[in-house]
Amino acid sequence: MPRSEMMIEKGLTLVDAINEALYQEMERDDRVVILGEDVGLNGGVFRVTDGLQKRFGPDRVVDTPLAESGIMGTAIGLAMAGMRPVPEIQFEGFLGPAFDQLVNHAARYRTRSRGAITVPMTVRVPVGGGIHAPELHSDSPEAIYAHQPGLKVVMPSTPYDAKGLLTSAIRDPDPVIFFEPKRVYRSFREHIPEEEYTIPIGQAKVVSEGSDITMISWGATVFQCLEALDQLPEDVSVELIDLRTIDPIDEDAICQSAEKTGRVVIVHEAPKTCGLGAELATIIQERCFLHLEAPVQRVCGFDTVMPYYKLELEYLPDAARIVEALQQVAAY
Amino acid sequence: MPIKTVYNAQIEHLQILDETGKLDDKLAKDTLTDEQVSYLYEQMTVCRQLDEVAFRLQRSGRMGTYPQNKGQEAAAAGSGFAAKKGVDFLVPCYRENLALFLHGLPMHYVLLHWMGDERGNQIPEGVNITPISIPIGTQMLHATGIAWAFKLRKEPRVAVTYFGDGATSEGDFHEAMNFASVLQVPCVFFCQNNHWAISVPREIQMNSETVAQKAIAYGMPTIQVDGNDLFAVYKASRDAIERARSGGGPSFIEAVTYRLGDHTTADDARRYRDQKEVEMWAARDPLVRLRKYLEKKDLWSEDRQKRLEERAKAIVQEVVKTAEGIEKPATDDIFDYTFAGELPAELQRQKATMRTSSLGQRPEQVGLHAVPERA
Ligand SMILES: Cc1ncc(C[n+]2csc(CCOP(=O)(O)OP(=O)(O)O)c2C)c(N)n1
Ligand SMILES: [Mg+2]
Repeated sequence: MPRSEMMIEKGLTLVDAINEALYQEMERDDRVVILGEDVGLNGGVFRVTDGLQKRFGPDRVVDTPLAESGIMGTAIGLAMAGMRPVPEIQFEGFLGPAFDQLVNHAARYRTRSRGAITVPMTVRVPVGGGIHAPELHSDSPEAIYAHQPGLKVVMPSTPYDAKGLLTSAIRDPDPVIFFEPKRVYRSFREHIPEEEYTIPIGQAKVVSEGSDITMISWGATVFQCLEALDQLPEDVSVELIDLRTIDPIDEDAICQSAEKTGRVVIVHEAPKTCGLGAELATIIQERCFLHLEAPVQRVCGFDTVMPYYKLELEYLPDAARIVEALQQVAAY
Repeated sequence: MPIKTVYNAQIEHLQILDETGKLDDKLAKDTLTDEQVSYLYEQMTVCRQLDEVAFRLQRSGRMGTYPQNKGQEAAAAGSGFAAKKGVDFLVPCYRENLALFLHGLPMHYVLLHWMGDERGNQIPEGVNITPISIPIGTQMLHATGIAWAFKLRKEPRVAVTYFGDGATSEGDFHEAMNFASVLQVPCVFFCQNNHWAISVPREIQMNSETVAQKAIAYGMPTIQVDGNDLFAVYKASRDAIERARSGGGPSFIEAVTYRLGDHTTADDARRYRDQKEVEMWAARDPLVRLRKYLEKKDLWSEDRQKRLEERAKAIVQEVVKTAEGIEKPATDDIFDYTFAGELPAELQRQKATMRTSSLGQRPEQVGLHAVPERA
């Protein structure tokens, strides 16, 4: 789709970037089909698929019945039969009914058929809190899916990364869950290339270089980390890494940084216990033990059910909590 | 050998009060008294007022996303009134506020819920309802379980569960229907077919002509009613509820109605539906119809209407005041309901410090320099 005046002048939002990637992949490869609730005429509840049904027709951008297990299960079938489905689950909370299809089927077909059957699909899911939404519209379940072997899990935080990673995901021969941090959907614009490009799945990105502390995050909390950096005394030099891909983890990138700084803080929205921070901290102590100057720190959501929105800002890691952890680690 | 028909089915549609306010006296026999109709009309009017005010609260930033009930009040009123308050159990989704109010839920609870406060779900003792349910199509299984418990304990009680047309696409819906029917539990499945599931019209949602016919596959008595007709909804609900109470098992009711508003305040229905369709259904507004009926029977007057509207405004104003007067919960609230009894140690720590970072000890406590040298 041609870019709007606004996009040309001010750049693309995360929503625009994802829409552009979908558009270009559908143009390039007619095996790509989008399916989900309200993705057609309505363009999705966040308008991420806006205009796509008009351009590609209702056979390729399909308003499905209201059934997540149905969406996921039929997407698996489409993929097995040679299509490239891009199912959308309307909010991360509604992955629940699709869980069985995703974890027990999509993730396992390649292995259980010893490579004879594969499931090349990309599941798009808005994720995370901070938008004043109702119950089950604000969770961060990425670690649950990272825990399942056979699934790749991606969560970009910028329009540039989103476009490149989504393109890679759609072309990937295996199932990929593409989490879209909804707090970032329209929070800023970025100028990104109009032509298609890819960013490899499994590569972290150094957002800002530093030498004293490594800070690792992904999704919307990357911006709370940046806010924290602004509040930190100037003589503390922090290297901020945006993981971008949750699974497979870019171990080399985080270990390189951890070895350089010897101090690590991990920030994520999901609950602390068994969150991805636990895995990252373990990787770091396994590979960088002799370089560490302080215990690895986590700043996470609490080990509670995500509260309704009156208390969601208290729940979500904010700059103040991150600064405190950074200072503790610096002073250790 | 000739091919035999092994099963025949048909779906009945019940209407008692038509759009012009004309009542079928024969069908209406032993349904609602004049007094009850006036009472329910008043309740529906108050509920409509709450809906309008809730919409404005959201627009002015005083409340989060809200799904208007507008146009579906007769379905909630007739079914909610047919269930016995304090005895039967309602298992709702989110578009039947009035049924909850009729069963004793204070009105400000609903506002509190949509204001992002779980205390709106802290159902008062003695009110037999589950909280508003956000994940579509999930709660009907719980209703089946509740009804199962009633059956096991031989209590003459019924569970009534509410859901939309879209919800009948979810697998859980079909499992609930099958369980309820196989186990013959006292459960009434009340579907508000309002023609839309966000932007998806019923014709795309399902390829069956009615929703009601889905129950036939499970061997369950089923009926379609005019969901904007208070009498029809009441009669079908009462019959189903009393059948369940007397050991006759579950039933299905499809109430054909219409969502006059957007899906929620986050939605813009003009993107996907024809304004003409909305206008056509606005003419079938259950409130308008009921008022016509009351006027025809000389049970209503311009003056009574004016007084009712004023009273509705005053009631809702008070409800908003109550909801907004409730202070934001303390952060302890996030933690305290995770488990019964004492919290696990780590949760206690998180609650006490509001931190998840665990580097509690200061460097000097562990014998390190305050400012570290680089290794
Ligand atoms: C499991 C699940 N999937 C998706 C959603 C998002 N969603 C909220 S309401 C809705 C449509 C519901 O339609 P219907 O059941 O007809 O009820 P109505 O809103 O029309 O009353 C959808 C898709 C959800 N809340 N839960
Ligand atoms: Mg509906």
